[in-house]
Amino acid sequence: MKSTKNKLGETILAYLVLIILSFLCLFFFYILIVNATRSHADLQKGFSWLPGNYFLENLKSVANDGSFPMFKGIINSLIVSSCSAALCTYFSALTAYGLYAYQFKLKKVAFTFIMAILVMPTQVTAMGFLRLMTNIGLYDSLLPLILPSVASPAVFYFMYSYLESSLPLSLVEAARIDGSGEFMTFNRIVLPIMKPAVAVQAIFTFVGSWNNYFVPALIIQSKDKMTVPILIATLRGADYMNFDMGKIYMMITVAIVPIIIVYLLLSKYIIAGITLGGVKE
Amino acid sequence: MNKKKQHHLSYAKWGYIFILPFFLAFFIFSLIPLVDTVRYSFYEYYRSGIKEIGPTFIGLENYAELLKSDMVAYAGNTLILWVIGFIPQIVIALLLANWFTDVRLKIRGKQFFKIIIYLPNLIMASAFAMLFFALFSTNGPINSILMSIGLTDTPIDFMGTTFGTRSLIGLMNFLMWFGNTTIMLMAAIMGISPDIFEAAELDGCGSFRRFFSITLPLIRPILAYTLITSIIGGLQMFDVPQILTNGQGNPDRTSMTLIMFLNSHLKSRNYGMAGALSVYLFIVSGILCFFVYRMTNGGDDSAAKPRKHAKGGKKA
Repeated sequence: MKSTKNKLGETILAYLVLIILSFLCLFFFYILIVNATRSHADLQKGFSWLPGNYFLENLKSVANDGSFPMFKGIINSLIVSSCSAALCTYFSALTAYGLYAYQFKLKKVAFTFIMAILVMPTQVTAMGFLRLMTNIGLYDSLLPLILPSVASPAVFYFMYSYLESSLPLSLVEAARIDGSGEFMTFNRIVLPIMKPAVAVQAIFTFVGSWNNYFVPALIIQSKDKMTVPILIATLRGADYMNFDMGKIYMMITVAIVPIIIVYLLLSKYIIAGITLGGVKE
Repeated sequence: MNKKKQHHLSYAKWGYIFILPFFLAFFIFSLIPLVDTVRYSFYEYYRSGIKEIGPTFIGLENYAELLKSDMVAYAGNTLILWVIGFIPQIVIALLLANWFTDVRLKIRGKQFFKIIIYLPNLIMASAFAMLFFALFSTNGPINSILMSIGLTDTPIDFMGTTFGTRSLIGLMNFLMWFGNTTIMLMAAIMGISPDIFEAAELDGCGSFRRFFSITLPLIRPILAYTLITSIIGGLQMFDVPQILTNGQGNPDRTSMTLIMFLNSHLKSRNYGMAGALSVYLFIVSGILCFFVYRMTNGGDDSAAKPRKHAKGGKKA
């Protein structure tokens, strides 16, 4: 009897904590959306819980702002993130398959090496990276933000674990007997089997790249090549007090909301993917 | 037997071909930069105006100078900022993971709550920081709300005090990471055999005892893994404090983190100092990586090995 009562109390407490935390998670974004729909004059009067009708005006003024080319930034970010996600997942899968399906002398060494650099922060090589990119003429271009994603140890490890659990080597043997070339086997047979793993990692790599700020901030100099996070940083660095606050909230909205929408659409897969892989930035 | 070996050998070259792009990219974009970073850490090499000074070999002078500089204070800041984000994060995550996995509680809408608490993890950290900056400014909506419900008469200058700024950074890190940790720990708890919990219940074990005597010891490997990856992430803390304080680490550089310090050296093109600072960071993260390596590659015979939880992400 006592235990049932305790359980009820615990359940109520659990709901209470969950509701408070959910409120905390959504509250700030709610204010953001509300404020993005209000005019500068309205915002100066104080806070309101209800949205205004200035959404389109704010969106227009963000779109027409030459000093903060937000929409150009979104296009740049889209290019960088899509290319990174594609390169990262394809080559991680290829590397994982190479180490999983073939027997060769340096196999163990290669595997151990990748595991050793699994969580190495990118920041420690940033100085040499910046110098190298400057020397080979890639400074202030989008390529240095894309190409390094070919070597992503964490994504590799995810792909490797996935192969271990879902690719019988007999399948590869069978393909060989049917006369399929090794690359053909990978592209036509292995990759389709790995589709769920590739999808999860593509999402995480895309988001990680979309949100990445440290490396782009070092490499990108000119306005028309800036990605969204650098534009946000520039906005912070500017004398924002003289700005139209409605426009500032709209800029943040434009940076955040696309990811929220994608997340809500794919949340089932993303939540399932967290424990399997992880977020690699 | 012999024939089979030959058969394998003929395919060995494909193994090398398939892993080549990875190692090539790693070599160009990580290894060469790393070697370069280490090399110039022993040189006096910086830009003064448009003039480039050096490179002149000066041995360990950069390292010695860094120890005398504010680096130690920035390391302290980084640690404090990490701790005030991590403590609530791990406590809440343990609590939630325990509730979510407790079959006796029958919590509804688990998926819904999971989606919400994980949401902040995917938000662009720099935009999130910019949002907090706007919301918590003296004439921002938070002050407006606090004043309208009568909690304060004058606007609070959150970002004017050390405590305020650090708390905001801690709050952001907490919000961004507790959902992720909850889901990780949930997976760990669900990996425990239900028989153990059933046996405990038959023996009259209460929720409290159950948590401390069964759940906690059994998920220890994953807790340790979470802790170390979080420290590695904390060491890399940059986006949030950088944007919130506009790279200044205000007030009085009490929110300046190590990576912000590195960033400022890189921006001013002081390659020598940036190199030495990177080497310090490299050594510390190298030691931490070693622990992660040990944990992901066995070595311990614990039941719940965090094998599948490879995370290379920025975690704070």
